[in-house]
Amino acid sequence: MGRAVAIIGVGQTHHGRRMDVSYPDLVREAVVRVFEDTGLSPEDIDGVVSGTMPSMMEGIALTHFYFAEAMQAVGKPILKTETCGSTGVSIAHTAFYWVSSGLADIVLAVGHEKMNEGNSQATMTTVAEPFYQRYFISGAPGVFSMQSQMWTARYGISEEKIRDAAAFVSVTHHDDAFDNPYAHVKVKVSMDDVKNARVITYPIRLLDVCPNSDGACAVIFASEEAAKRIGRKAAWVKGVGYRGEEYFFGDSDKVVWESAIQAARQAYDQAGIKDPRKELDVAEVYNPFTYQEMLFYECFGFCDFGTSPDLVLKGTFTRRGELPCDPSGGVLCTNPIGATGLIRVAEAAMQVTGRAGDHQIPGAKLALAHAMGGVDQFNGIMILGSNL
Amino acid sequence: MSKEYRTLKTEIHLPYELAYGATWTRFFEGLKEKKIYGTRCPKCSRVLVPARSFCPRCFVDTDEWVEVKGEGTLVAWCYTNYRYFGMPTEPPFIGALIRLDGTDVNFLHLIGGFDIRDFDTAVKTVKNGMRLKAVWSDDRRGHIMDIRYFAPL
Repeated sequence: MGRAVAIIGVGQTHHGRRMDVSYPDLVREAVVRVFEDTGLSPEDIDGVVSGTMPSMMEGIALTHFYFAEAMQAVGKPILKTETCGSTGVSIAHTAFYWVSSGLADIVLAVGHEKMNEGNSQATMTTVAEPFYQRYFISGAPGVFSMQSQMWTARYGISEEKIRDAAAFVSVTHHDDAFDNPYAHVKVKVSMDDVKNARVITYPIRLLDVCPNSDGACAVIFASEEAAKRIGRKAAWVKGVGYRGEEYFFGDSDKVVWESAIQAARQAYDQAGIKDPRKELDVAEVYNPFTYQEMLFYECFGFCDFGTSPDLVLKGTFTRRGELPCDPSGGVLCTNPIGATGLIRVAEAAMQVTGRAGDHQIPGAKLALAHAMGGVDQFNGIMILGSNL
Repeated sequence: MSKEYRTLKTEIHLPYELAYGATWTRFFEGLKEKKIYGTRCPKCSRVLVPARSFCPRCFVDTDEWVEVKGEGTLVAWCYTNYRYFGMPTEPPFIGALIRLDGTDVNFLHLIGGFDIRDFDTAVKTVKNGMRLKAVWSDDRRGHIMDIRYFAPL
């Protein structure tokens, strides 16, 4: 590890279908809020990191230039990091590396997306290989559904149990979203609503899937010296991990999912975490699909493979459970993709600094933030703690 | 109700011409002759299908060609019940990962050849581990859809 790095503040837009603002104004909403949160001004920023999904999402290429004013990046070094769904965590890693290296003291990271302005499914299809695989991935859901199906079949998880567990995850996160002022989808759903919802890509049903959201998130990273000078309670970066796999869906196992397992292991090693379920106080797991959230619990060592549905149904991962996961309502209720991973980081920072408001996990001191990208190809983790 | 603001409706149409290269030209030409080709890695011995120009893990050229029989075992599947850009056929259809006999990676394609219009009937037929066989199109143009789908054996 290089120098110690802290997150000193966060800003989020009110996520949702935001046809009331242009894309740059949406980005500015998050940037204004991070400056309000920290009391800093644009002149305090040494560099800016920006990221989003592929240009096809909004039909505008190289949006870090488009947002130069909205991010107050004029006259500053600017970097763009893009790793599909894991973009937000990759932006956070880029900002972390920049400050940790000693080449910047205060870096602004901004993730953004306006999914309602284009065709999100078509955009995600362009991520897949064009000659052979693109036809079969069914936007994004097909890939994640095949992965989920393979997982439940391999561990003999019964149809009845997995549907109950997926419905439980959906119901609790939809409830959680009511306590998050920035969340997109705020609807009350019942177990039966989820279990009987229309099949999208079996085993995935409508209420197992995230929405298309518009939103942005801004986070300020600072060196130890800068953080102490500014003097606010900070979230300290305790570990980062990132791993990729082969491009082709089919070349590597997506159940014992090495990129997820190894990314977590790298971050745990840096943070000195041996038993994540006991040591972590809260996790913001990237959960655009209920089934995939449960698979991530297993890949991250929260429980053994094949056992997460049982623990889900016991309430282990609810806000009052042993390891609360996605108390913000998570990606299932809010998914402006280029911002989503950074929202996980922001939510983790809010938790360990006691600023998560109505969805605060009392006394949270150590948090995990995660995002996944590509055709099940990349996973990124950041661990944040309340102590240096 | 929030105030309604104006929107701009715009489109981008961009034609592309993507190069297959030598390995994939041979693989896709093979489909015209109802042949599925893989290549074997000289280092790890894995048979990769579709054929690759190099082994993704060993990073060495894979120039030993292997003709793969169009039969295999179902590894994973999903029943797609919505329309999307670039879909191979009208839904519903079943996407699948298939481990073709004698290969070491999973092949992504469709399964079919039985009634899949009714979801409840379809899911009773499909079982992981079931044996499958390629069903070919009569009109083959060197495209991945020259294989219509894999049907139960």
